[in-house]
Amino acid sequence: MVNPHWLARNKGLLILLPSLLLTAIFVYGFIGTSFFFSLTNWRTLAVDLSLRNPLWETYTDMLAMPRFQADLRNTLVFTVLFIGLAVGTGLGLAILLDRQIAGKGFFRSAFLFPYALSFIVTGVVWRWIFNPETGINLFFDILGINRVLESAGMSPLSPGWTTDPEVVLSVNQVLAHAWPGGATFQIEWGIPVALIPIAIAATWQLSGFVMAMYLGGLGGISKQVRDAARIDGAGEFRMYRSVIIPMLTPITISTAIILLHVSLKIFDLVFAMSGVGPGFATDVPAIFVFEMMFKAARYNLGAAASIVMLVASCLVIVPYLVHTFRSRET
Amino acid sequence: MSLKRGILWFILGFALILYALPVYVMIINGFKDASSVSLATMWQLPGRASLGGFTEAWAMLSPNLRNSLAMVIPAALLSSIIGALNGYVFSKWRFRGSEVLFALLLFGLFIPYQAILLPLVRFLQWINVYGTLPGLVLTHVVYGISVTTLIFRNFYVNIPGSIIEAATVDGAGMIETFWRVVLPLSLPAFAVTLIFQFTNIWNDFLFGITVVPNPKAQPVTIALNNLSGSFSVDWNVVMAGAVIAALPTALVYIGLGKFFVRGLVAGAIKA
Repeated sequence: MVNPHWLARNKGLLILLPSLLLTAIFVYGFIGTSFFFSLTNWRTLAVDLSLRNPLWETYTDMLAMPRFQADLRNTLVFTVLFIGLAVGTGLGLAILLDRQIAGKGFFRSAFLFPYALSFIVTGVVWRWIFNPETGINLFFDILGINRVLESAGMSPLSPGWTTDPEVVLSVNQVLAHAWPGGATFQIEWGIPVALIPIAIAATWQLSGFVMAMYLGGLGGISKQVRDAARIDGAGEFRMYRSVIIPMLTPITISTAIILLHVSLKIFDLVFAMSGVGPGFATDVPAIFVFEMMFKAARYNLGAAASIVMLVASCLVIVPYLVHTFRSRET
Repeated sequence: MSLKRGILWFILGFALILYALPVYVMIINGFKDASSVSLATMWQLPGRASLGGFTEAWAMLSPNLRNSLAMVIPAALLSSIIGALNGYVFSKWRFRGSEVLFALLLFGLFIPYQAILLPLVRFLQWINVYGTLPGLVLTHVVYGISVTTLIFRNFYVNIPGSIIEAATVDGAGMIETFWRVVLPLSLPAFAVTLIFQFTNIWNDFLFGITVVPNPKAQPVTIALNNLSGSFSVDWNVVMAGAVIAALPTALVYIGLGKFFVRGLVAGAIKA
């Protein structure tokens, strides 16, 4: 029998109880279960929960798969491309709008608009904009670029975009020299060209968010700071480069971490735009997990890949949270 | 000075055109009829605007739009209410260990959902709601709790403790104070979480496609993706379908953008 006084004093806990229980099951319990599945022999429709021997074999199998190696490479390349493009574009837009200008509110809302749409809606459209037979490539004809190229005896410009299987700037040779294990990679370590359109589409969708973050930060920089920089003789460009952008570093870091978190688990946009792509050129871990779990019935493999995704996300977010928490306390 | 203004306007205008291109493609091709829509003329305005694409897309997507609405309304409401209660306790009725519990609850905000997907599906099958709308609502409510709790807690922290104390001195209990004093002050926070959850859940794809395999019961984002992958559907219908699926969140953004921006940071982490 629970003491009624205890209940009266702990009404708060009682209100939280359903949420805590649900979180315990749906978050912690399920993560633990996924991890357990990744260690079992369950790799067909028939459930088999006996443990693998050696225990980590699913993980070693997975890391040896060319497809999963391609996924890791793609995540790395996509993350760099996407964060570079989105932070650059968002910062640029924020600086352009960091002044009294007619229509400021309209521009701000317009650039942020894509953020309200679903990745599926935009992916369905981007898929055709980056189709080699149509979309962007039509502009090379419309603008006469191809006519100029042809008259100069060159072939017309028609990139394959998401259908291009090429991997440029391969560093396999360098890796093989640097590290004996480097020669055993079964994939080209470089930049899959097909990822570039996806990074552009993701930038289109999220650069407005970056802009809004920076505009928030720019609003907090006082007029005195700007005036002082101007009195010191700094022009507009120098003022931003040497004074204001360094002051915005905390915002740059939080924004980059949020975007990193988006890129590590990107799924819908790639799914709608290109799927796995030619030779897994646009495959990502989230698609790998989905296909292993819901198409191929390789449950332990899908679970193992999802645990890798979780660990990667935690490695990014936990130090950031600890840092934010500490700086708030002091 | 005016030259500089001119350049600024030129750059902003150019950026605006680039940003509008995908939306432009969606809308103008949606208004073409089946005979005039072709990939070779995707950038050109329709010779004559036709509603054919929209009528056909509406016929195909309206059951899924209904599913999306039937999913998003209860899910957004329930997760907001639970978030409000949690946020109230975490900000105004702290007890020993409540900060730790808050941190544990918040962790759900950062996980890639792939890491819970397989047990989730098995669990929903076990409690007999797999493949159903209630199962999807349950999923969205549970994984929405962390974000709504965070938004409400941060909102309630700024309500002066003296208001709560005054109410308790008058003999009101914890729940009564919430009901009479705190809730009436919470409308802005509800606007933020409701809009945030509406947008997020409407735009969800992963849970929709994994929890509901039956095409008839699926939300509109999954139906749109199926439409786009089908070779027998004309392209104007796909584009009109994209407009239809985007419209609810787009309208919310246009009408209530102020509240949308407030949920921004929390939103990006979850996106």
